[in-house]
Amino acid sequence: MALYFFTPFIAIILTILGGGIIFYILGFNPIEALKFYFITPISNLYGLSELLLKATPLCLIAIGLSFCFKSNNWNIGAEGQLTFGAIVGGGVALLFYNQEGFYILPLVIIAGAIGGMIFALIPAILKTYFNTNEILVSLMLVYVSKLLLDYLVVGPWSNPEGFNFPETRQFSDSSRMPLLFEGLRIHAGIFLALAAVMLSWFVLYKTYLGFQIKVSGLSLKTAKYAGFKGKTMILVVFMISGACAGLAGVGEITGPIGQLHRMISPDYGFTAIIVAFLGRLNPFGIIFASLVVALTYLGAETAQIFLQIPKYTGQVFQGMILFFLLASDYLLFFKVKILNLKKNELRY
Amino acid sequence: MYKNFFRYLISAIFLLGFSVNSNADFKVGFVYVGPTGDHGWTFQHHEGRNAVEAAGIKTTFVESVPEGADAERVIRQLAQSGHDLIFTTSFGYMDPTNKVAKDFPNVKFEHATGYKREHSNVSTYSARFYEGRTLLGHIAGKMTKTNTIGYIASFPIPEVIRGINAMTLAAQKVNPNIKTKIVWVFTWYDPGKEAEAAQALIDQGADVIMQHTDSTAPVQTAEKAGVWSFGQASDMQRFAPKSILTSIIDDWAPYYVERAIAARDGTWNQQDTWHGLKEGMVAMGPYNSAMGADLVKEVEQLQKDLASGKVHSFTGPIYDQKGNILVAEGKVADDGMLAGMSVYVKGVEGDIPK
Repeated sequence: MALYFFTPFIAIILTILGGGIIFYILGFNPIEALKFYFITPISNLYGLSELLLKATPLCLIAIGLSFCFKSNNWNIGAEGQLTFGAIVGGGVALLFYNQEGFYILPLVIIAGAIGGMIFALIPAILKTYFNTNEILVSLMLVYVSKLLLDYLVVGPWSNPEGFNFPETRQFSDSSRMPLLFEGLRIHAGIFLALAAVMLSWFVLYKTYLGFQIKVSGLSLKTAKYAGFKGKTMILVVFMISGACAGLAGVGEITGPIGQLHRMISPDYGFTAIIVAFLGRLNPFGIIFASLVVALTYLGAETAQIFLQIPKYTGQVFQGMILFFLLASDYLLFFKVKILNLKKNELRY
Repeated sequence: MYKNFFRYLISAIFLLGFSVNSNADFKVGFVYVGPTGDHGWTFQHHEGRNAVEAAGIKTTFVESVPEGADAERVIRQLAQSGHDLIFTTSFGYMDPTNKVAKDFPNVKFEHATGYKREHSNVSTYSARFYEGRTLLGHIAGKMTKTNTIGYIASFPIPEVIRGINAMTLAAQKVNPNIKTKIVWVFTWYDPGKEAEAAQALIDQGADVIMQHTDSTAPVQTAEKAGVWSFGQASDMQRFAPKSILTSIIDDWAPYYVERAIAARDGTWNQQDTWHGLKEGMVAMGPYNSAMGADLVKEVEQLQKDLASGKVHSFTGPIYDQKGNILVAEGKVADDGMLAGMSVYVKGVEGDIPK
């Protein structure tokens, strides 16, 4: 069992080694390249703030996803829930674009969470009442939400003074996340992520609902036998997951971006799936994993700036982490045995 | 007091990072929105960067930087790591560029296609692509048999509408029956969507296809369907050798070299640059021999006249779709009108999406 929580570290170490080999083959000094990748980006306060800024949405979404994944519900559409949350939250922010008031930001945040929740309820309801596959439905809804966002920022919500460029007005200061430090971009959204971590730990490990979620994840039949209300639970985990993704979306648009446009998320919703598994679906593991994965984004940029290593290595690193994690899991749960099979003797 | 303390602390840390990384060398940074191999917009900016490098100036680039929250960090990192001049080559970098420029008054910034110059160290630049469109319109008007020109458009911003209008006006001059059909794809780069749009226009009878998007999919679709097309941003001839009549080429190299040298020598000033055929920021690809020698000669003459200013792309009388006069006879549209252009001229079909 201890090994189970240890394998993510093995996966990260293997990824770093693998990365070093790739850099070596590409003709870079691997030690220097890895230094620019993993140390330079966070060697000053600004870099640390950017790391936290990048990790915040990943952590929030992954926390939400952990509820779904733990209970065997495969919500792949967090990106769509993020986008829809940002649309609803951004819509509220635009309503108040020329007003000031302490109540505006909380309204925007709540609207975003509700938006994400509603969008996640669609695959949940279809699954519980119509037996559809939640993987497909939630994934397809990602495109629906992105097209809706495209339509809104090009059409009805586009900035009237913006020469028809596909973006909305800037939000008023009252709907922006307060910055924690002058000159740094890290904003109050990080407290939302930390609150989500605490709450999820409490719910998962200290409540009856958390117990139900875990049992259903381990064995659906046992859950049914125990008389758990499966349908309600599915709806609840999807709502939690959607709300977290919606919060992540709102955090981005009210934090560093400050308006709605077509590029509000570089696929955080998908990357968060890696984060959730790397963190072992454990709230504190997810904090750690979100920091690691956020670093791969920043590292890719610094490596390109200083060494002109193609930026796509960031995605290669993310892919390697997941690959090594799954591979070490496989070796952890299955025993490798070399069989000496005679001819015509096929064993399964 | 407390606030000030933090400000000092942070600027001290900035300076620390700055002094470690910076050296006496002059360096230029580029931020690209796409991959360097897109064969369109980013590819041409990258060619410009190569020219700066060839001029003996060190450069750095970061490709595929999303126009969202990441742009500011990349621009700031370039500024922080000792780059003295930074080109941000997409419209979506406008606000991040100005934001970073405020914190780095000694670094010069050049933002492509934007209109905000909030600090004295930010310049903007763009090209008069519409002059190239005038040439395409002239060629299209002569080459079309169906009198229908298909136009794949990205976003209904003034630059795109200006291109549509310039092309239509020039085509009408040589062929009064011309109609321009437009498909809005709402993307700058999506080969699948662009190919579909090209096919839809061909199905509606267009026998000349042109695009204000960045992929080579439309010209390839035109090649397959056996209709004419024009390359966009870079010379796309090798992707559709039979179909492409010519390409509009964005040649950023002379501007980039000039500005980099000016910044290095301390003669850099804030500017709003809008260069065209005259300065060579807009250039034309090789003309297809299928056009015939006479037409090529005509077009080359028109190109010279546009460059010298003898001919202007928007010379009156110009009417909008309802027949209201936009530019009176004998007058030419001024830059202010061009910069904010938001109506179609007569002869364009459909409405601007709202």
